[in-house]
Amino acid sequence: MTATTLAQRAWVEQIMGLPVSIHLRGPDLTSEPVAAAVAAAFAELRHIDAVLSPYRNDSDLSRWERRELKLDSADPTLAEVVSLCEEAIRRTDGWFDPRGLPDPRTGEPRYDPSGLVKGWAVERAAQHLAALAGYSWCFNAGGDVLVHAPAARPRWRIGIEHPFDPTRIMRVLELRSGAVATSGSTHRGFHILDPRTRRPASAVRAISVTGPTLLWADVYATAAAARGGGALPWIQSLPGYDALAVLPSGLVRTTNGWPAAGPL
Amino acid sequence: MRRITLWLFSTVAALVLLFSYRTSTNSGQVSAATTPMTSPATTPTTSPTSPASTSPSASASSSSGGSSGTKTYTGSAASTRWGDVQVSITVTDGKITDVQVPVYPSENGRDQEINAYALPMLVQETLDAQSAKIDTVSGATVTSDGYLQSLQSALDAAHLS
Repeated sequence: MTATTLAQRAWVEQIMGLPVSIHLRGPDLTSEPVAAAVAAAFAELRHIDAVLSPYRNDSDLSRWERRELKLDSADPTLAEVVSLCEEAIRRTDGWFDPRGLPDPRTGEPRYDPSGLVKGWAVERAAQHLAALAGYSWCFNAGGDVLVHAPAARPRWRIGIEHPFDPTRIMRVLELRSGAVATSGSTHRGFHILDPRTRRPASAVRAISVTGPTLLWADVYATAAAARGGGALPWIQSLPGYDALAVLPSGLVRTTNGWPAAGPL
Repeated sequence: MRRITLWLFSTVAALVLLFSYRTSTNSGQVSAATTPMTSPATTPTTSPTSPASTSPSASASSSSGGSSGTKTYTGSAASTRWGDVQVSITVTDGKITDVQVPVYPSENGRDQEINAYALPMLVQETLDAQSAKIDTVSGATVTSDGYLQSLQSALDAAHLS
């Protein structure tokens, strides 16, 4: 049985300002348990958005920042995210840093953990899909991907978008279980700030990081894009994670463990 | 034209020098191009900032490629602390279409150990999502506004029911 003969179904919702799609492969894709699991996954993301969105004045994040809410009386996810952000600052030597980022609406400096929240939220939401035994699933939130396929099923084929031509792809990565996150300037311009200079990072056109968790693949990709030079040796030093970087000149570099171009 | 290609060449050579401190084997990473990249290589923005210990362009030799307008330039080997590095580029109509590194340090185990990011490859494989049979796309963040134009939206649409 090949990938093309397995039944596959997709669901798409717009959450956190992002297109979020879930693809499932397996039997009975119209069954009640499948519908319930997919609905629960999207509901988890919407809940996290309501609590942690920097775009919402009434989110626990915004209220905590305005000192209207204490961390221990806020939704528990806020404390978890604040703690993870501290770990992310340590793990990335400060190249990922939610502090003092420009507010998405006003540009004023504020605490914005969004760069970590997305991957973390998708992992939480995916637990609802993981509860469906015997199904392959693929979660894509605005270009960040988390997949799983049972042993006997085909792996997921993930196209790495071509940073100079988003209508095409430059590599294919086959994953059974794991994550791919890409940071760069293709769709939103130079939006990643170098935390040391507070200026847009531009030494890397795009960098994709793959590894076991989307939380850390996404954080590492953001940090690597900010770091620019030296990003790949740094990713190389992180067990379980690999990266492919495209420089502004069009040259490509990868860490040792990045899989060679897959079969077409 | 020749002046431009020589400048491009020195940019690539300089990149190699910049990264040559970790060079090692990298064969097989530059895979066959289905569609050569046409846009990015025309405007390399990385300035040659490595020490001007060598001037590859001065000694670059060229040889004709297969088709008209295609030329391959091979620089002289540049000595680095870790060994010699030599770069060869193929230029078609003023654009780099291939980068080869015929000479690079590979003497010690560390060279072998840390290799893949050291030597330049060009983004020359562009694949059509259809022919590559991909299931999903990872790219720089797609916002809701840009979604309808994205490859991912087409892949999603194929399975919405």
